[in-house]
Amino acid sequence: MPLQNIDGRQLVYIKAVVFILGLLPLIRLTWLGFQDELSANPIEFIEHSTGTWALIFLMVTLSFTPLRLISGVSWPLRLRRMTGLFMFFYACLHFVTYLWLDHWFDWNEITKDIIEHPYVLVGFTAFMLTLPLALTSNNPMQRRLGRHWRRLHKSVYLIAILGVVHFLWLVKKDIREPLIYACVLGILFLVRVYFSLRKSVRGRQEEIG
Amino acid sequence: MISANKPDVLPSEITPRSVYENRRQFLKAAGFSLATSAVAGLVPAFALAANNPQKIVDITKTDYGRGEKLTSYKDVTTYNNYYEFGSAKGDPVVHAKLFKTHPWSVEITGEVKQEKRISIEDILKLAPLEERVYRMRCVEGWSMVIPWVGFPLSKLIQHAEPTGNAKFVEFTTLADPQQMAGVRIPILDWPYTEGLRMDEAMHPLTILAVGLYGETLSNQNGAPIRLVVPWKYGFKGAKSIVRIHFTENMPITTWMKASPREYGFYANVNPKVPHPRWSQASERRIGGGLLSPRIKTQLFNGYADKVAHLYTGMDLHKNF
Repeated sequence: MPLQNIDGRQLVYIKAVVFILGLLPLIRLTWLGFQDELSANPIEFIEHSTGTWALIFLMVTLSFTPLRLISGVSWPLRLRRMTGLFMFFYACLHFVTYLWLDHWFDWNEITKDIIEHPYVLVGFTAFMLTLPLALTSNNPMQRRLGRHWRRLHKSVYLIAILGVVHFLWLVKKDIREPLIYACVLGILFLVRVYFSLRKSVRGRQEEIG
Repeated sequence: MISANKPDVLPSEITPRSVYENRRQFLKAAGFSLATSAVAGLVPAFALAANNPQKIVDITKTDYGRGEKLTSYKDVTTYNNYYEFGSAKGDPVVHAKLFKTHPWSVEITGEVKQEKRISIEDILKLAPLEERVYRMRCVEGWSMVIPWVGFPLSKLIQHAEPTGNAKFVEFTTLADPQQMAGVRIPILDWPYTEGLRMDEAMHPLTILAVGLYGETLSNQNGAPIRLVVPWKYGFKGAKSIVRIHFTENMPITTWMKASPREYGFYANVNPKVPHPRWSQASERRIGGGLLSPRIKTQLFNGYADKVAHLYTGMDLHKNF
């Protein structure tokens, strides 16, 4: 199967394409902004759009391992750092939009908002948890942290859950859209659980055998 | 006028845009011929509201909202909460295009001398139309300034002749799954209902709006007739009203059913009573662009001098 393995050159091309794809949501927002097409409520539009794309990149990042478990194709895992950083990039834009355009750095209001409103607190916590992951995403840090690196980066699962809860909690009534993310996340988790259970059952069978 | 066999999906969902727009041209043309007959006095121009808003003549200007900067027509007609036509703000303008608002009549029921049905044409004869520029504060934390065209609800109530038992008024929005895609999904308990206490309903600020910006209401804004209560959150303003019911007991409104912890009967704009999930202390005025800060929300949306007395002695935190 040609997709099973790719060489270094091919990977570079694929990474370039993914990089450009990752910038498209920002390019779109900028374009719409210049066209005055960001709806009647442009700040809300940018807040929702950047938040949505952070969530999408998070889901994409979490899908590479299940993909490998199901198909055996493992090279997409090498895109994981880039998609993860795009998640962080859009989460940063989301957070900056909230601080700046939405609240004009009114720290009193912002602090109250974060403390008093669970959906804001959950989103804020998720964002804070992404900081150490982004900061330790380069090779030197990965080497330096060794086995701790893996453990640290497992917090991405928690971030994903918080991200979906943040979305579910802020919607007024029609929760269909956040539920889609909840379902995708649920399926990604189930694939992992299934394969790890299968592995442990097989391991035990071998022990018995 | 469109078809006797109503399809299950809106034509806008299945028809290619070009074809669909041509059809719109046709509908406009049809509207035009009707308008011509209206000039001849056969039907008031009003009733033809349907798909393209028509100019309303003879509007009395008023002092309400003098000096306020109006929200643009485009923003008022493209950023709407009208769940019957979809739950995203941009849905109603698209999905309400073919909504049929003529013929239209409103049922008057409950605690009245005689239950009856009034046609929109007769409703329009009840009182002269006025322009009222009102602030509209949505419970979600944004606001607009809208030049409504309408008349005091009290005029219709006088005509309805409620009995002494009528303590509350309930408004019901049309719920037609054929025309309203949103109604096929149980996001809310359809039909949409709202309510007012009798004194709130009789208050001179409370109007039934039939137009905005000097034209008949666009479909997405609640054509052909809707409620506007400027000191309450926007969701109190029931759209496309088909029934006005007088009752002795406080009606349970749609949003109260949907989430009793979050939405109460009164829904008065109040910066000190937060929504359980978000603050109501400030709001974003639509139309300010990217660099406009939030503005402070005012008690009763700035109409406290005219309405605060209605709630004397009431705990507004409990009666939210």
